[in-house]
Amino acid sequence: MTTLKVNGHDHQIDADPDTPLLYVLRDDIKLNAAKFGCGLGQCGACTVIVDGKAVLSCVTPLLLLEGKQVTTLEGLGTVDAPAPIQRAFMEEQAAQCGYCIAGMMMRAQALLQRNSRPTDEQIRAELEPHLCRCGTHMRILRAVHRAAKLMDTAELSTTTQGSAQ
Amino acid sequence: MPQSFDIALVKRGRDLAALGNCNDCHTIRGGKSFAGGLPVPTPFGTIYSSNITPDADTGIGRWSEAAFRRAMRSGVNRDGQHLYPTFPYDHFTNVTDEDDQALYAYLMTRPAVHAPAPANRLSFPLDQRFVVAGWKLLFFRRGTYQPDSTQSAEWNRGAYLVEGLAHCGSCHTPRNALGAERASAQFAGGDVDNWDAYAINSRSPSPVPWDTAALFSYLRQGWHPDHGVARGPMAEVVSNLSSVDESDVHAIAVYMTSVFGPPTPDRIRRGEEVLAKAKSPAVPSSEAGAAGASIYAAACATCHETARPLPYGGVNLGLSTALSGPDPRNAANIILSGIRPVEGERSPIMPGFANSMTDDQVSALLNYLRSRFSNQPAWTGVEKTVEDARRTQTVFLQTSPGPDNAPADPMQRDKP
Repeated sequence: MTTLKVNGHDHQIDADPDTPLLYVLRDDIKLNAAKFGCGLGQCGACTVIVDGKAVLSCVTPLLLLEGKQVTTLEGLGTVDAPAPIQRAFMEEQAAQCGYCIAGMMMRAQALLQRNSRPTDEQIRAELEPHLCRCGTHMRILRAVHRAAKLMDTAELSTTTQGSAQ
Repeated sequence: MPQSFDIALVKRGRDLAALGNCNDCHTIRGGKSFAGGLPVPTPFGTIYSSNITPDADTGIGRWSEAAFRRAMRSGVNRDGQHLYPTFPYDHFTNVTDEDDQALYAYLMTRPAVHAPAPANRLSFPLDQRFVVAGWKLLFFRRGTYQPDSTQSAEWNRGAYLVEGLAHCGSCHTPRNALGAERASAQFAGGDVDNWDAYAINSRSPSPVPWDTAALFSYLRQGWHPDHGVARGPMAEVVSNLSSVDESDVHAIAVYMTSVFGPPTPDRIRRGEEVLAKAKSPAVPSSEAGAAGASIYAAACATCHETARPLPYGGVNLGLSTALSGPDPRNAANIILSGIRPVEGERSPIMPGFANSMTDDQVSALLNYLRSRFSNQPAWTGVEKTVEDARRTQTVFLQTSPGPDNAPADPMQRDKP
């Protein structure tokens, strides 16, 4: 049994230490936002936040996570109370098929947590590891800028953004 | 005063500039080509590369061809000041007047970019350029390449390029306390941007000995199945070499084969062993359970132990020079930062693990990889190396322009 801290809660996980975090999240904890894309750390669909940094969960085994805090998209906000990053992606209609979007949002969230006003160039460089075949790239860019603005003005509201810190 | 140049001369200059890897130091990531400004860390301080576009005020727009040739030949700028030897005129002195003329024609026909170079950060007395005169007196030998009549024309072409414009020794030859290449240890391995530029002579740490065919294919396409994928500063070199005349790359391979020298029977046997092992199915490690072994099994083996061929699959780590090299820097760099994909091209890619592994975990992994995949003694100072790698790679990756075309397989370009 391993204790894994996800979205602020401790989970007792019965899995081999070399099990990828992605499988634990999806199969054991039933958090399905992070997606299986390539399984090789090459597409970004499985991205989650660990201790404030974007991490590819498909190539991150459980044994690397001792004492660390994992945040998934579910930990940022809900359908009823979406976090700024989620609201921004919806308002910009940044998803087409949506498969890559959870990963995109997580890396964008990690970026915005350390740089509240990134430039276009910084966003492009940051999201480089993410593949999107639909081609909503320009909307994704706009959504990240919008999220930055929303976060500025959302300081007073009570989103669950804090759990990703 | 715009000058006109023969188009064939400009084209030849383009290829020569690629052979000389000029864009690598004279361009900064996200910056304009040849506009300079790249910080080059040296043991003596930071030197910024200069703007070599034809901008009159901040570049070489006012330079005559004679002034350009003098800089290449003698390391003196247009105003007569000594240039710091980070500009490798100790090699460029070997370049012929005809080649300098072509390089000049190429550079003077690039778009002019107004970009003043930041001031160098050197401490006294090294911030005084006359000090370089003393350095030159001690270490600089002006002269053109003298062909060796006992060798083939191709060998001589390779030697001319390697010792001159391609300046391979700038990274691959160790330097003395005053920053000069140690003539007695030519190609015995040096440093660049916190990467180990491996020995490329008889002391090469490569598990499989290099031969002409392997060198040619590695330098031309950026990878070889028995050696892996070029990365770090070498990725930029092979990116340039993939765009020049094939015969020049072959000449370099021919000359370098003679520099490596024939491998000893021991090295040949070792090479055959690791190749055989790499082809047979993986044997589970006896040390399974150790932290490093588990990290390898979970995070690395999915790519490095599948049959997926290079360059898109991971090299079998038994073939990895990084793990048989004298220090763990290159392996640490690559684990932390991975291999960045080339924009708009097919290219090798590896995710970096800087965000998911602590220094302790990377160290445990490195120690395990060393003991499992090389026949060399354990590295020392692994923790410190990982700490340094985490710090310096951040800087390197932000400033280095990176390869601008795919070293993976130029033949595959434009194919779906």
